[in-house]
Amino acid sequence: MDLWRIVLEALDSLASNKVRSALTVLGIVIGVGAVIAMLAIGAGAQNTITGSISGIGTNLLFVMRGGSEEVRNPQPLTLGDAEAMRDPFAAPSVIGVAPVLQGSAEITFTGEGDIVAAVGVTPEHESVRNVEIAEGEFINEIHLLGRSAVVVLGPDIAETLFGRTESIVGESVRIEGQPFRVIGITIAKGGQGPTNEDNQIYIPMSTAQTRLFRRSGSDHVDMILVQALNADAVTTAEEEISAILRNRHRTAIGEDDFTTFSQQSFLEVAETITNVFTIFLGGVASISLLVGGIGIMNIMLVSVTERTREIGLRKAVGARKRDIMLQFLAESALLSLFGGLIGIVLGWALSMLVGAIAAASNADINPVVGIDAVLLATIFSAAVGLFFGLYPAKRAADLEPVEALRYE
Amino acid sequence: MSDWVIEAEGITKVYRMGDIEVHALSGVDLRIARGEIVSIMGPSGSGKTTLMNILGCLDRPTSGSYSLDGSQVAELSDDQLAAIRNKKVGFVFQSFNLLGRQTALTNVELPMRYAGVSNGRRKRAMEALEAVGLGDRVQHRPNELSGGQQQRVAIARALVNNPAMIMADEPTGNLDSKSGVEIVQILLDLNRNIGTTLIFVTHDPEIAAHTKRVISLLDGLITEDRIVEK
Repeated sequence: MDLWRIVLEALDSLASNKVRSALTVLGIVIGVGAVIAMLAIGAGAQNTITGSISGIGTNLLFVMRGGSEEVRNPQPLTLGDAEAMRDPFAAPSVIGVAPVLQGSAEITFTGEGDIVAAVGVTPEHESVRNVEIAEGEFINEIHLLGRSAVVVLGPDIAETLFGRTESIVGESVRIEGQPFRVIGITIAKGGQGPTNEDNQIYIPMSTAQTRLFRRSGSDHVDMILVQALNADAVTTAEEEISAILRNRHRTAIGEDDFTTFSQQSFLEVAETITNVFTIFLGGVASISLLVGGIGIMNIMLVSVTERTREIGLRKAVGARKRDIMLQFLAESALLSLFGGLIGIVLGWALSMLVGAIAAASNADINPVVGIDAVLLATIFSAAVGLFFGLYPAKRAADLEPVEALRYE
Repeated sequence: MSDWVIEAEGITKVYRMGDIEVHALSGVDLRIARGEIVSIMGPSGSGKTTLMNILGCLDRPTSGSYSLDGSQVAELSDDQLAAIRNKKVGFVFQSFNLLGRQTALTNVELPMRYAGVSNGRRKRAMEALEAVGLGDRVQHRPNELSGGQQQRVAIARALVNNPAMIMADEPTGNLDSKSGVEIVQILLDLNRNIGTTLIFVTHDPEIAAHTKRVISLLDGLITEDRIVEK
């Protein structure tokens, strides 16, 4: 039997019961569509998240207090720790160190106000974190030494307070009720959510320490940002500062009371999370594909029963088990293949729709229908058709010709 | 090749129905020569359908030996039996058993497809249809044909692989008497023109009257095997 003839005959047989075939295909369409859409949305979310992490900079390291859970009484990070990291002999891969003190603070201007992330910084923060100033200046050494009540505003909070982002330098705002003079506005970086740097304010570290966030020790900091020479030196820099901190904190190796993060490790964590998320969504979606497959099996069993006499006749004129198997497998495989193809289109449309909804609600997710997802869905749906078609086809092939011919 | 198309000895067939054993055939010896026309007759339950199934290689005997056209077939596998049916047996059924969605032509091509014939399929099918007088109806589907015409398509399908014999199971049972006579005539003509062995399984004495040899069955045994002289 030539394959082409088998396919034609299977198509003919499916066409003989269009409504039934269409409903059966629908199960696979929904399953494949859901899988495609979920994978696309997962990939889109991953791109968005890794994109915003990449904005951090490839040569940055974040050093925070506290290590693994077993380490008791972790020592706080101090300005002294930060100073020690500047040692060009102990840490040759480090070119910038910026300790940070951060918290949230209420900022107001003539009745308008908001609670924002306030960051106590040193002048080096500007170069380490690549902060760009649109107007005015960043915090300098004099502000730091004088514990000046000065503030640099992000453009979003400036817009909230003043209704504009220009000609604000020199204005006076109140932070936690205390007057601060605006000395600069940063350039908009774009972003949303809790990490939005455009809705952030910078004040001198010394001012933050004495006026806003009183920490138990006068030289304690929340985090130290370390800038490595370049992206390749990040690992070396990490080892150097770890050695410095272990030495200063007198901790044994393996019992670090601090934690370092690089952009790479953030990316890895984020990718792990979004992968789990994608697998979870894809898994839920593939359950509907499974249900669609069971639908195919159901219809094929009905079809085998209905066509018992036909099977008997075919066997009487010389069809082998293989021929009957192939005939029914071709039908179930075609059903699911059609379902897969339509499902890919549906899934693509669905993910575009989700993308449009996300864009409308300001969440920047661009679903990506990858060629791998399309291939996966095609192969998977054909496999579902073959797998669930196997049992009915076997039943048909194993019919006894005598009994099949006599079947009413 | 021997002159016998069918050589069967000691054929028995036992069915199990729950705890009861039903002896459908209890020792049948039968020889049919090439080119013979034979009727197998008997009332319901006599075992004639069982005998036809075994002779047509649709079923295997419980015991006994059976040689069809020189090949021992009693112990072949399902697929080997399918190949034997395909090459050596043509079936004509009471209810025609055509594929409803296929044209007369593709219905007749079916046995050749299972035989793996790829060249000249259409031409041979056309010739078979012309042989049964349906050369002008090849593209019709069964529901566009009369009962007699449908049975003629079935005959064309039965003879298209040049079988050693054609088994006709009540071929006129679903036809009016005029079509029935035509169908029997077509089969007899085939025998005369190309020497096809014909086996009619029937309880219709009208058909039996056309055959030279009549075998009667009762309770799983041959009770009479006579040559009719006309």
